[in-house]
Amino acid sequence: MSKDKILITISGLDKVGIVAKISATLAQLSVNIEDIKQTIMQDHFVMMMLCDISSSKENFKLIKEELIKSGEELGMEVWVQRKEIFDKMHTI
Amino acid sequence: MADFNEKDIIETIQMIKVHHLDIRTTTLALSLRDCISEDIKVTGDKIYNKIIKYAKNLKKYADDLENEFSIPIINKRIAITPISLIGEAAKNPDYVYLAKVLDEAANEVGVDFIGGYSALVEKGCTRGDEIFLESIPEALASTQKLCSSVNLASSKAGINMKGVLKVADIIKKTAELTADKDGLGAAKFVCFCNSVSDNPFMAGAYCGINEPECALNIGVSGPGVVRWAIENIPKDADLGEVANIIKKTAFKITTTGELIGRELASRLNIPFGVIDLSLAPTPAEGDSVAGIFQAMGLEQAGAHGTTAALAMLNDAVKKGGTMASSYVGGLSGAFIPVSEDAQMIEAAKRGVLTIDKLEAMTCVCSVGLDMIAIPGDTPKSTIAGLIADEMAIGMINKKTTAVRVIPVPNKKEGEWVKFGGLLGEAPIMSLSKLDSSVFVNRSGRIPAPIHSLNN
Repeated sequence: MSKDKILITISGLDKVGIVAKISATLAQLSVNIEDIKQTIMQDHFVMMMLCDISSSKENFKLIKEELIKSGEELGMEVWVQRKEIFDKMHTI
Repeated sequence: MADFNEKDIIETIQMIKVHHLDIRTTTLALSLRDCISEDIKVTGDKIYNKIIKYAKNLKKYADDLENEFSIPIINKRIAITPISLIGEAAKNPDYVYLAKVLDEAANEVGVDFIGGYSALVEKGCTRGDEIFLESIPEALASTQKLCSSVNLASSKAGINMKGVLKVADIIKKTAELTADKDGLGAAKFVCFCNSVSDNPFMAGAYCGINEPECALNIGVSGPGVVRWAIENIPKDADLGEVANIIKKTAFKITTTGELIGRELASRLNIPFGVIDLSLAPTPAEGDSVAGIFQAMGLEQAGAHGTTAALAMLNDAVKKGGTMASSYVGGLSGAFIPVSEDAQMIEAAKRGVLTIDKLEAMTCVCSVGLDMIAIPGDTPKSTIAGLIADEMAIGMINKKTTAVRVIPVPNKKEGEWVKFGGLLGEAPIMSLSKLDSSVFVNRSGRIPAPIHSLNN
């Protein structure tokens, strides 16, 4: 279901352990990672993860809160959004 | 496996985070036609219960969606059937009582505004309308969230000049009754020519009598995003290219609004109504319609060329927006409120944006003279003249125009007024000192225009 696809965008200064920490949080919540892309923008590390939350027992709100908490521990900014917003906005 | 494009993701987040893309309003339009009764208390009870029934989850569901898509939903609002029609059958038509009921219901469900304390009198008043109009100043002074509007003219009926003079009086009285807040009450009142029945924006939102039981109407916003998009193309790009980039941006803004609107309507289990394509500014830096003129290459709003720039902007937004949504409606045009737009405020402060230029601008965009602070001692007849001019522009051009001016009590031209929040701040503008009183006191109706021989 498209409702279950979420996009996580993590940005900040590059450091050791970003992928490990965020992936661990996702694993704990039973959220499946479908794709990961990384890029450097204006000296900032930006990682985007496409995930599916359909097999998680937790709801979107809690998953988002946990990810933002993990981001704060890393000193990174984390955005968690349902993927539909990007699909609607950028495709005709 | 679904795919995604990094550039799209980053662009969307920048649009929201840096350039103020937001859903300005989710407005629940609700018919109150079944609340009519001979006893005003019964009418009030029916209205209160109906609003609670339909709107009790509006705020919560909107907040949920805000979280899921990480896009701010600034206002949650309710628009009701013009209340003049609902109270009219009562033996004791105490409209101020209904105003308080509406305000209480709005507070209970946690919405930001409730609109529809309204009357449609372009051809004249019923007895009920007359009682209603008298009640507006007190209703606005004794409520917080209530918004009021009056339709005074249309391209088919002409301009009700008796109504125009009455409304000028209402504006003055409302400002005086809220003198302790610099006449804030008048900021919650607007008069129209060709008002629309599915407008989600305040102060003019109401649920027209031709509308269904209920619907969810959406207003998006994103002048900052449009400005950013124009700034990203070369300074010497031709205006066809500028129009194109505005269309593409409007498409992106509108699809987002449509997505949120449809989701919210489905959760509330009510039909999705329309999306209003208006570009609505806020006083926040970078969220300005006048800022778009600067990006297009004008020094500031008010420069010669402003009307042309606004006409192109307004048209391009509609072209891009209609492609993005099945149901477009409401006002759908750029807003140019003076006190709610940082660059308009700046231009007014410098004295380069005058009431005459604003009037010209309203010929090519949707909303008319909006959020303009004027001297508190402006004669009623001068305000009536100002309204009549604006109504004439709407009537002849078959478009919506409106007037929302605030005669700030005890303040004079050049002094400053702060309304706060989305309503912003502004210098008090000068109006013509010439006398309009004999003309506006003639009363009667300016006849509807001929709809051929179009020059």
